[in-house]
Amino acid sequence: MSGTGYHSRNSIPHLTSERLLIKGGRVVNDDQSVYADVYIEDGLIKQVGENLVVPGGVKVIEANGLMVIPGGIDVNTCLMKPYLGTQPLDDFLQGTKAALAGGTTMIIDHVTPEPGDSLLEAFEFWQEAADKKACCDYSLHVDIPQWNETVKDELELLVHDKGINSFQVYMAYKDVYQMSDSQLYEAFSFLKQLGAVVLVHAENGDLIAQEQRKILGMGITGPEGHPLSRPEELEAEAVFRAITLGNRVNCPVYITKVMSKSAADTVAQARRKGSVVFGEPITACLATDGSHYWSKNWAKAAAHVTSPPLSPDPTTPDHLHTLLACGDLQVVGSAHCTYSTSQKAIGKEDFTLIPEGTNGIEERMGFVWDKAVAMGKMDENQFVAVTSTNAAKIFNLYPRKGRIAVGSDADVVIWDPDSVKTITGKLQQSAAEFNIFEGMECRGGPALVLSQGRVVYEDGKLQVQQGTGRFIPRKHFPDLPYQRVKFRNQGVTRGMYDGPVHDVVPTPKYITPSPSAKSSPTSHQPPPIRNLHQSNFSLSGAQMDDNIPRRSGHRIVAPPGGRSNITSLG
Amino acid sequence: MMSDRRSSQDDDCSSLLSRLGSDSPRPRMKYGGMFCSVEGAFENKTLNFESFSPQTQRRRAARTRSDGNDGGAAGGRGEGQTMVFSSGHARENFGKREGDRLIIKGGKVVNDDQSFYADVYVEDGIIKQIGENLIVPSGVKTVDAYGQLVIPGGVDANTSLLAPQKGMNPTDDFYNGTRAALSGGTTTIIDHVLVEPGTSLLTAFDQWKETAEQRACCDFSLHLDITRWHDGLYEELESLIKDKGVNSFLFFMAYKDKYQSSDSQLYEAFGILRDLGAIAQVHAENGDIIDEEQKKLLCLGITGPEGHVLSHPEEVETEAVYRAITIAKQANCPLYVTKVMSKSAADVIAKARKKGIVVYGEPITASLATDGSHYWSKDWATAAAFVMSPPLNPDPSTPQYLISLLACGDLQVTSSAQASFSTAQKAVGKDDFTLIPEGTNGIEERMSVVWDRAVSTGKMDENEFVAVTSTNAAKLFNIYPRKGRIAVGSDADIVVWNPKETRTVSAETHNLTVEVNIFEGLEFRGVATVVICGGRVVFEDGKLNANEGTGRFVARKSFPDTVYKRIRARSKMAEARGVPRGNYDGPVHDVIGMTNSVPPTPTTRGPSCPKSLIAPRNLHRSGFTLSGAQVDDHIPRRSTQRIVAPPGGKSNITSLS
Repeated sequence: MSGTGYHSRNSIPHLTSERLLIKGGRVVNDDQSVYADVYIEDGLIKQVGENLVVPGGVKVIEANGLMVIPGGIDVNTCLMKPYLGTQPLDDFLQGTKAALAGGTTMIIDHVTPEPGDSLLEAFEFWQEAADKKACCDYSLHVDIPQWNETVKDELELLVHDKGINSFQVYMAYKDVYQMSDSQLYEAFSFLKQLGAVVLVHAENGDLIAQEQRKILGMGITGPEGHPLSRPEELEAEAVFRAITLGNRVNCPVYITKVMSKSAADTVAQARRKGSVVFGEPITACLATDGSHYWSKNWAKAAAHVTSPPLSPDPTTPDHLHTLLACGDLQVVGSAHCTYSTSQKAIGKEDFTLIPEGTNGIEERMGFVWDKAVAMGKMDENQFVAVTSTNAAKIFNLYPRKGRIAVGSDADVVIWDPDSVKTITGKLQQSAAEFNIFEGMECRGGPALVLSQGRVVYEDGKLQVQQGTGRFIPRKHFPDLPYQRVKFRNQGVTRGMYDGPVHDVVPTPKYITPSPSAKSSPTSHQPPPIRNLHQSNFSLSGAQMDDNIPRRSGHRIVAPPGGRSNITSLG
Repeated sequence: MMSDRRSSQDDDCSSLLSRLGSDSPRPRMKYGGMFCSVEGAFENKTLNFESFSPQTQRRRAARTRSDGNDGGAAGGRGEGQTMVFSSGHARENFGKREGDRLIIKGGKVVNDDQSFYADVYVEDGIIKQIGENLIVPSGVKTVDAYGQLVIPGGVDANTSLLAPQKGMNPTDDFYNGTRAALSGGTTTIIDHVLVEPGTSLLTAFDQWKETAEQRACCDFSLHLDITRWHDGLYEELESLIKDKGVNSFLFFMAYKDKYQSSDSQLYEAFGILRDLGAIAQVHAENGDIIDEEQKKLLCLGITGPEGHVLSHPEEVETEAVYRAITIAKQANCPLYVTKVMSKSAADVIAKARKKGIVVYGEPITASLATDGSHYWSKDWATAAAFVMSPPLNPDPSTPQYLISLLACGDLQVTSSAQASFSTAQKAVGKDDFTLIPEGTNGIEERMSVVWDRAVSTGKMDENEFVAVTSTNAAKLFNIYPRKGRIAVGSDADIVVWNPKETRTVSAETHNLTVEVNIFEGLEFRGVATVVICGGRVVFEDGKLNANEGTGRFVARKSFPDTVYKRIRARSKMAEARGVPRGNYDGPVHDVIGMTNSVPPTPTTRGPSCPKSLIAPRNLHRSGFTLSGAQVDDHIPRRSTQRIVAPPGGKSNITSLS
């Protein structure tokens, strides 16, 4: 698909007209804050500093001492994830509008093909839809629904030609998307070679399937069955396993949707041991908890259904914010994927059928500010890091995105730390009728949002144009995850063992339909040395004298060259 | 008159012996965990020991009376035994012990809860009296234990003396293995029955039991290793647990395509074991990763034993331990992790215990005494001798660390994981490390290693030493207080332990037949000077005097108290309950026929529940549908377009704007 032709037609022309100067703001990047003006031309930041020399006739925006921050990057959205043939309420248009209204100027959406679908076709389908509708820049992750040989070629193509450097694998959804440990190992190895980032949906699908069966058997069919069948431990276990796999393959691992304290702790501990792992909490788990699954209102309870579920522990949001603040978790996503109540009601008699997903694209940055910065847990630079810069670095968008610097894209937000708004489904941009944050107050919000150098949000009003979003290709081998990934070495040289070798009784003593050797098919097994002293008469099955110990002396063949220097037989 | 007495004896014997199991009222119960003080531990210890219970007194009276006519008493006792142990051989073996009467004098009796100076009088393979100035019949053999410790014989909870690997039997079978065990102070072993996939559990169990009864020199019990789980095993498990006296089953998380069980299988199996009152054991390593790593290493051209440790890295063990604990927690089943070989795996267990999960960890002789640096030895035979799974950890600080955890109770049991293969057998894998049979020795050195590394260094006291080498295992596997304690009525499995003597381990002098001892040249303080097994002195002055076939099978009852008290309470706890809410009667989105996607598998996430897929028929919609991607797929469908207003008006549940 000719993506590039599109973009030049679409976006560049009208951008040239815009020349902007943001005056009197404090520019906040992830490393420092400085008072400076920002001059923007042609959708790029051209100058940053004081007393800038700019052409006349430039539109001036007064920041009045407010913070000027790089636009947020939401790395986890599902705006087109189909569920049983239905689409989420918020598509690329609604979703990106909501994103911009919340100060997010770029999203990375998940392409979710079904098992058997072509990844490439799915990718192109997504790209086409997004090109038509998105109001802000976007990029795409591709989910790998199952692992096989054909997938490999497509992955290679996607990485090299299409600008995709991140792929999601699933440890849950047994019999649908779930991969076994062996497949994960292979997938990790392959993606590492390609220089891609592996995203992992970490939950133990086997146990979830068992628990779901048990809980349905107990007669629990409501949304509370969802968290009951997906307890926190299963998430933590899978996170641990994913990290172990990542360490073995020596491949960076990115855990999407870190929803519980124990999963977050697992990530933090692994990082302390030097693992290259990143954790992404989402808006929902940073702002609310799983107590709502027990709500008497079915629609409300169902609206919270997402996987992994929100943890019922009310201290979870606080804990996750603390880890975000200290850098143990790195990126805040939204996992925005909204379904209407009637879509959720597909699972009204069986919680396993409720489509999963919550809103959060619009509230993402506000809640991090409200719960972390306003509480004194986090400073403004770290705020920029977790909402924007870290994501840009991990997914190789930096410094084009995620930084206010000369040459970067003019995705700029003027952030008002003192604005207070009450979240409600009535006033949101999202099309969903139910907002899981309904009624919560949130300090901090964007006063003005620039996307590609154009003012798209000001004074609570959106001025967007459908289809202005560009696809941002991402190169493989991003520095942040891959710098540390090195080869490790091994091996000892020693003389060949030339001592006696015990004869192996030709094995098929037991009925094992599967190959009995632990070794791989690739390893060539040397044929055993033929022992001429041994007759070819052999007995199969358990023998009477099996219990008599066979002293090794009985069967030792003295090597022709005399005793070797290697064996030390007593 | 005679029959009268006979019946009263029967009564006494059986009531005494039945107490020895677990669930009877008297024996010590622990309240609050394995390492909390035992109720009644500090009463009646030295002085008035006989009045421990009224039954004991009665029994003693009966014994003295029947001393006159030995024959009748022996028969009666034999019958009592048979009733409890359900082992035909027990009776025959018992005869051999008949003559032995022993008094162990002057030693310090050390149990897991306290130590005290006392003499111990043994008769008929049972401890009859403990105390000072005992009144004993004349002509009793005296064992001098002055200045030494008198401890319960060790219980080695993990040996593989018969389990074949790659068609080869271990060089040390039940005879050689148990001889070595006795010479090291271990008087009970629990061996692993490896049931090859496709074989009946009962057949394998019978084969093992028969072999062991013919060959073993000390008492033994059996774990079963289940290599292929399926629902059909339920009957066999039930019969093994209820009739055969097996209460522990091992599952493999490693050995892909051979023995490995999936998470789902483990969950199912654990649930069944919990219902039957057994303990789940796991060999915890991630077989999938190991398999891949092995392929990789062989491709790199690494074929020597160092490939073994490289392909079984520590994290793979840790990961599996973590997963096993998660599964056990979900299934509410007690878990026993065999062979804890690395620091991080031990840490995971310790942490899980702190969260209240019922899990136990077992380091082994090898992991406590040596480390994995030998895999890089230039001598192939030495390197190969260390090959076992999970492998010894290359980190040299591992043994000290494991011992610290053992001392503080985070790990509970030491065993040997004895499975020795001769160098020639190991050399089957000389060109491919994956073919090297796995296993190390350690059955003989086990107790000395713990004494030397833990007690001599001051990390552990002598009571804890008894706990980790004997008592804890006996409690977990439900042979306490018959084994694992020096108390009146317990089996006379006693070791006189000299903490000062040292010995140097060497393959020349050890009692095994294997030619390489992985502890070669190491010196250990703490040695068993006299070993009494079943009331007979089997090891004295460095000489073994063990008889083949004297070992009895020790049946173990289900629901061991130590383990199951907490599990039971948790099972009783209120189960998860649904939320009573009115039926959702709002609009339901129509599910379009799943023609859109190709997959043959159902797209539902859970077990398919077809009834809920039948959405109310939308009469507004025509029967005409398009399959495949449509031109207007990208246009967002606002939910309002498809909402069917419910006939009764808006419900109270939905809050549609």
